[in-house]
This record gives sequence, C-alpha cells and structure tokens, in this order.
Amino acid sequence: MDKKIPEFKANFAEEEQGKWGLVVDQDLCTGCNACVVACSMENNVSFVGEDDAAYGRAMHWIRIERLWEGEYPEVKKTPYQPTMCQQCGDAPCEPVCPVFAAVHSEAQDLNAQVYNRCVGTRYCANNCPYQVRVFNWRDWERPTPLENQLNPDVTVRQRGVMEKCTFCIQRIRKAEDTAKSENREFQDGDMQTACQQACPANAIIFGRLDDPESQVSKMSKQDRGTELLPELGISPRVTYLEVRK
Amino acid sequence: MAVQAESKQSSHAGDHSKLDPKDHLLLDPKPRGEMNAMVMEAMQTTHWRFWVAVAVLGGIVAYCLVYMWIYMIQEGLGVAGVNRPVYWGVFLVNTVFWIGISHAGTFVSALLRVFKAEYRRPFTRAAELMTSFGLIQAGISILMHMGRVWRFYWMVPYPNERMLWPNFRSPLMWDLLAITTYLLASTMYLFLPLIPDLAMARDRSTGWRKKLYRVLALGFRGTEKEWSHLHHALNIFAFAILPVMFSVHTIVSWDFAVATRPGWNSTIFGPYFVIGALHSGIAAVSMVLIVVRATMKNMKYFIRKEHFNALGVLMLIVSMGWAYFFFNDFMVQWYGGDKWTHFLLHWHEAGPIGWMWFLMLIFNIAVPWLTLWNKKWRSSPLVLFVVGLLINVGMYFERYIIVPVSLGINRNPFSWGEYKPGVEIYLTIGTFALFILLYMIASKLIPLVPVWEVQEGQLAHSVRKIGKAELPAVTDLE
Repeated sequence: MDKKIPEFKANFAEEEQGKWGLVVDQDLCTGCNACVVACSMENNVSFVGEDDAAYGRAMHWIRIERLWEGEYPEVKKTPYQPTMCQQCGDAPCEPVCPVFAAVHSEAQDLNAQVYNRCVGTRYCANNCPYQVRVFNWRDWERPTPLENQLNPDVTVRQRGVMEKCTFCIQRIRKAEDTAKSENREFQDGDMQTACQQACPANAIIFGRLDDPESQVSKMSKQDRGTELLPELGISPRVTYLEVRK
Repeated sequence: MAVQAESKQSSHAGDHSKLDPKDHLLLDPKPRGEMNAMVMEAMQTTHWRFWVAVAVLGGIVAYCLVYMWIYMIQEGLGVAGVNRPVYWGVFLVNTVFWIGISHAGTFVSALLRVFKAEYRRPFTRAAELMTSFGLIQAGISILMHMGRVWRFYWMVPYPNERMLWPNFRSPLMWDLLAITTYLLASTMYLFLPLIPDLAMARDRSTGWRKKLYRVLALGFRGTEKEWSHLHHALNIFAFAILPVMFSVHTIVSWDFAVATRPGWNSTIFGPYFVIGALHSGIAAVSMVLIVVRATMKNMKYFIRKEHFNALGVLMLIVSMGWAYFFFNDFMVQWYGGDKWTHFLLHWHEAGPIGWMWFLMLIFNIAVPWLTLWNKKWRSSPLVLFVVGLLINVGMYFERYIIVPVSLGINRNPFSWGEYKPGVEIYLTIGTFALFILLYMIASKLIPLVPVWEVQEGQLAHSVRKIGKAELPAVTDLE
C-alpha cells in the first residue's frame, strides 16, 4: 500500500489560509433565517418537532445567533451572527474521535464527518468551542411526500450519528469536476453554498481562500473582519465582518 | 498449637494491659477445620430473604436495565435527557462513578498487601469482587452512552479489509484499552488468591458444587511448591496492578482534562480523580462489609470493629486528600480569572444545581471530618454505613457537577442550556441492581473470606509478654 492513510489532523501551519472559506457580513445580515432553511433542504437535515427543538435538539447546521450590545434600554447594536461549522484548520473535534469519523480532508482542507463511521460517542461535539455539531437523537420522521425532496447527493443519517456543516461539499465536488472536464481551474462563481444562494442580502460569500483574487479572500482581509474565539488558535475558516459603526 | 496456647494464656493475663485479644481477629484464632466449616456454612446457607432479594433485584434488572436499554436502542438517545450543549449525561457520570467504586477493591487489596497491612486479611476478597463487578457496570454504562452501540466493535483494533483502525490519539481509545486491561488484570488478581479457598471448598462439598470447584481450583493440592508459586504470583500481581489502577482513573480524567472546555481543561484532574475514586470506593467497601457482616452467617467472627476502625481512618485520610485536591483545582481555576471559567464556577455554586455543589462539600468533607475522628463512632457499623453512604452520594454529586452541569456552560453563550435526565434514571437503577445481584450470587458461589489468608495471619500473630506489657508480635512467615 503506497497510498497515504489520512492523518487525524492536517499538517497545520500557523497563519495558513486554508482552501475554502466563508465570509459573513454581519452588517448585511437581517436574521431572516433563509440560510437555515436552504441548508436543511440541501443537506437532508431532519426536522425534530417543537418539543425536541425546545429542549435543545434542533438540528440546524447553521443557526442565527442574535446578540446584544449594551443593556436595555441603551441597546447599541443587535447584530445577527449566523454560526455554522468554522472548518478549523486545527480542529479540536478531530483528534478526540475514537473511530476517525471526524477527520480532516486533506484534499479539500475541510473537517470531514464520515456519517457511516460514527459510533456516537459525541466527544467531538463536547470539544467544539462553537457548539455547531448536531446529533441525531432519534430517527426523525419524514412523513410522505416529504421524502421526495431528499437531496440524492447527500447521505440520510441514522439515529446515533453526529453531523455538521460541510460547506456543501457535494456542490464543491460537482463544481470541481465540471471545471476539470472543461480543462480549467475552479474560479469564483462556479458554485455557491446553499446558504449563500438563499441569502437575500448577500451577507454570505463563499470561495477559495488560497486564491488572492477571489472575493472571499479580499473580503476576509477587511478591517472589519474577525474570527470567532481567535484566542484558541484553531484557525477557523469563517470570517465575520463586524457591523459598521 | 504453640501460638494458640500462648494467646489463650495472654487473654487471662492481668488488667493492666488494654490489649484484648478478643478484639483482634488475628489474635483470636480458631482451629482450621472449624473456620473452614464456618466459611462453607456462610456460603451454603441461604435465608428465604436472600431469594426474595434476588427475585426483586432480578426483576429490577430485567425491567430497568434490559427492557429500558432495548427501548433506548430502538428509539435512539432521544429518550435520554442529553441535548445540546449537554452531550454527555448520567451515563458518563455512572461510568466514572463505577470505575471509582472499582478502585477501592484493588487499593484495599493490593496496596495493603504490598505494605503488609495485616488488618486487610479477612476482607480483601470482598473488596476485589467490587472491582470486577464495578468495572462491569462501568463498561455497560459506556455502551449505553454510545449513539450506535451496535457498532461498538469499531472502537476495537481488529484487522479488516478496509484497513480502518481506531484513532489511538483519542482519549476514548485510551479509555477502552485502560478499562479492558484493568478488568482482565483485576479478575486475574481476584482469582489467584481464590485458588486455595476453592480447593478447600472442593474438599468439603458434594454435588454440583464439587464439580464446579474441582474445575475452578485447577487441581490445587496445597503442596509446598504450589504455595511458593502462589505467593510469588500474588506478589508480582499486587505490585503490577497498582500502576494499572492509578492509570485507569487518570485516563478517565483525561477524557475531560484534554478537552478545550472551561472547567475541564485542568492539569490536576488526574490525581483529583484518583483520590475521588478512592474516596467513594473505600466508603463503598465499608458499606458492603457492613451489609455482608449483618446478613451472612458467621461473618461477625471475621469482620470486627477493628476493621471498621481501620477503614474509618482510611476514609478520613482520603477525605482530607480529596479536600486538598478539590481546593487546588478550584483555587487555580478561580484565580486564573478566565471569563468562561468564571461563568462556570458561578454556575456551579449559584446556578439551578447550586444545592448539589454545597451538599457535595458537606458530604465529602464535613461529614467524614466531624464523625470519623472519633474512634468509638467510626468503629460502629451503623455510623460508618451512614457516613459511607453520604460520601458516595457526595461523590456521585461531584461527578454529576463535572459532567452534565459543567457541560451547560461553554464558550458559546448562545447555546448554554440545562439537562434533565430521562430514561437514564431507570438505567442507573438497573446498574446498581445488577451490581448488588452479581455480588449476592457471588457470595453464595465463592468463599467471601480468604480463609487461608486469615489462617496464615493467625499463625503469624501472637501476643508476647515483654516485661509487664503485652504486645502483639508478628512472625514473618515468608
């Protein structure tokens, strides 16, 4: 076997850009939740019902966090913060998985989650500082005819399996394949993630971080750009543009 | 026998000495045949209450453990109380708790054997049984915790055509290896000193028991060579199992300590967990001994106030050790002033489960410190039982605070939440019932007192008169 067995962590370098990245402009986000719905449709995410959702089992891969600055009535800003998997370069979820279900994809430099390998220890979710992993607590019902809307490109997950945002890896693969068949490199605009596609305010931008000319590279280098929890040094690939003063 | 004659003489000696040989098992010998018969009788006679208890416990195990677990496997973990952010709940609390219980068996048996603490002799086996049965509960609890338990063998390194191996860098993998090692080693360590007693039982029983003991005793006849081999093996095992014991709970603590979470990411968790395990474990050993003494025949001869006194002293010392490590852990985290740790510590004390945090301190520190200093109190089975029970409740609270309560707070305030156990309650009751059931069945199948160790101790011990004082003397047989 000369084939390289994937490492549990990517060869991580400080300040490394990564391959794919996302920019969320909090100044544009209206908190409309369209991205949440689009993501659920694209990725066959289950709906859990009122009771379980209220108990903290909602399975959205992206959630809109509504934050407050200042105390009522002197509220200065109420930014919305759509939070999805940050696809860390040095992800805490990867080394703790006993069966390599949470594993770094070397080809795409993303945190892959191998659903069929997951045994459900939920250690990865505990170790995720952004709390963006969701677990299939039950086999959720999909009453007919809702099963007809399942995306054939995405696995339907069983109970007892962890899942999370993949940056719509099925779309990435498709766009890369198309680019390859047309004998060219992947370029900006070849694909959009589901959340980006659905965002009416264009607050979500996806693209290649390793291409300095791409829109996402340029935007992520703006002064307004911040990472979530930068003090942990886990190099997340999502940049948030703060609300303008 | 010279030893007997000597000790009988000394019991009639003058009043100036406080030493009463009748207080000490090793100075109060009985003929070997009589003692063997006592142990056989304790093992073979069963009161009707025993069968009632077995039936009740069997029913609880069937409903709470088997039925509820099957239900949970079919429905998914949704029937338990775990959610986001509390992904780990009571199952992991139970795992840590039972591994803690299992520690005392090895500690009492191996450490006291290594240091030649003579009072250990009558109850090493009762403690070792707790190790094996406690570990079984811990293993079951881990399996319950898994989302897809029918795939648990993926965590085992076995060769397969897809060349998939488990991740040896995951603390859960270390856990699996450590617990398996400990279970195997402690079962062997339980079996080794059992061989002479099984041979004794084989020679004194009939019917199916004789067949069973003949197989289990491995043809032990008690020759000089066999004893020499046994002592040799026991010595190796007693030393070898101690590092295994310390490593197991340290590795369990690493499940938490290596995580990037406030409150868990603490370098002192290793020793803190080990001392916590001993705290609950020794308390549990005392409780089991008190129950065994009260319910089984002839046990009042073997287990005496001196043993409760010794265990009481151990409990007091371990309680002080636990308080030291708790203070260390708390103090450094609090002084560090990290924002998230600050929220977490506040959540522990003043959150909705704050009462548990204070009860933990009362049960683990105040209760043992206020009662066990008194020799009269700690020698009383009733007081020791209550203190042991409270310590175990306190230690269960400690694990509950570390796992589900601490998980409620993380670095993402938007996802903070609370936890309410669901089907976990049944399954927890089920593991406790299974532990007691296994222990009760074992108490009727194997001699619960290591007779040969007691006899060896009694041979070595005598009261010698030196001047006017009477002093216990130990001859080293080995």
